[in-house]
Amino acid sequence: MALAKSPWIIHVNCNSCNGCDIEVLACLTPLYDAERFGVLNIGTPKQADIMVVTGSINYKNVNVLKNIYNQIPDPKVVLAVGACASTGGIFHDCYNVIGGVDQVIPVDAYVPGCCPRPEAILDGVVAALSVLESKSQGKIKGKDVKLKGNEVPSNA
Amino acid sequence: MNSLDIAKIVLVLIGAPILGCLLAGIDRKLTARLQGRVGPPLLQPYYDVMKLFQKDNMVVNESQNLYVVMYVVFVILSLLMLVFDADILMIVFVYTVSSVALIVGGMSTGSPYARIGSSREIMAILSYEPILILYALAIYLLTGTFKLSALDNISNPLLMYIPLIFISMLFVMNIKFKKSPFDYSTSHHAHQELVKGMLTEYSGPGLAGIEIGHFYEYVFLLGLMFLFWKVNIIIGLFIALIAFLFVIIMDNITARVYWQWMLKLSWTVLLIISVVNVLYLYVAKIKLI
Ligand code: SF4
Repeated sequence: MALAKSPWIIHVNCNSCNGCDIEVLACLTPLYDAERFGVLNIGTPKQADIMVVTGSINYKNVNVLKNIYNQIPDPKVVLAVGACASTGGIFHDCYNVIGGVDQVIPVDAYVPGCCPRPEAILDGVVAALSVLESKSQGKIKGKDVKLKGNEVPSNA
Repeated sequence: MNSLDIAKIVLVLIGAPILGCLLAGIDRKLTARLQGRVGPPLLQPYYDVMKLFQKDNMVVNESQNLYVVMYVVFVILSLLMLVFDADILMIVFVYTVSSVALIVGGMSTGSPYARIGSSREIMAILSYEPILILYALAIYLLTGTFKLSALDNISNPLLMYIPLIFISMLFVMNIKFKKSPFDYSTSHHAHQELVKGMLTEYSGPGLAGIEIGHFYEYVFLLGLMFLFWKVNIIIGLFIALIAFLFVIIMDNITARVYWQWMLKLSWTVLLIISVVNVLYLYVAKIKLI
């Protein structure tokens, strides 16, 4: 039970245009007050439960993302915030972009929008809570994502 | 050791974390209200600890767990010594060991953030320890012994003789609660530049242990304030409450300062007024017993 009552999030910015990041921070302001649900924006992945990713994944930051994902102790969930994090969004056909977050790590919930409203992000966090709870009951572990090189495709 | 003592020990072991947890909850709720937010439920610290116990324990090295245990054990020990009216000087030293355990734990991980946090915590110890020692010295001068049990035999409260040390102790509370403006060794508000300071590399049950240690520590620190008016329990508790509210309000109206500022504040203003107070007791030869 307690997991759903105190989700601590870590915010990872992968190549975001900063629009989504500002909305994520807006959730923590007195107007939206995410701390009502026990949400804390925590700095270290080792103490986080929910990983909030904004922005699309490119060849430069893919290993950073995997590394942070691996450092979060189980049970953990990933929340992709914004069109970029969900599918690649406006950057989807850039030469350096791999795509949405789900191309590299398992994503549990998506928040659509460019940029999503703070209410939508809070909704996403609350939706992620039930996933978190079921993961802890089923003792589902996160995937151990292997780090590779820069993964630049040969035709790039 | 009679049955009353054992009852006291059990009460401290069980009651103190509950009280500390409630204090932490009040702190968060009050902070939220001061910022115009609704804030988390009162029992939020309890939920946090329960959650942390469900998580995996990820440590850099095994010895980190040992330091958590050391921290909690020594905090409990100092609280018990306080409850049993032991030697105040000894209490201060035992309490220091608990802080050192956290510092060594942070240093042992090798993470740069943990190291910065630990070295800042050393600075914090450097700035509050002299004041604690002067507090102990003042008690010695007044009662002729370091034993706290002597405080039961006096008729006037300590606060009437050592008001300046009381003011210094308020700031010591602020440093030891790790609240703004002195929250630079570990604070989740500082995560932009410090991540989580000293506690960066702790996770899951390890962090839960530290949180529980903090609950005991809250009660212990307020116990130190309680001593100022031990002759009347109601007023004593009231003084402890005032100190607690002071810490919360200071936390909300100030911004984090450099550690140099804290060192300057404590080694000039606070230390000087404490020394003046002790000198006054010495020169005026005030004895309560
Ligand atoms: S979804 Fe829109 S606002 Fe968010 S990072 Fe992408 S382009 Fe920026």
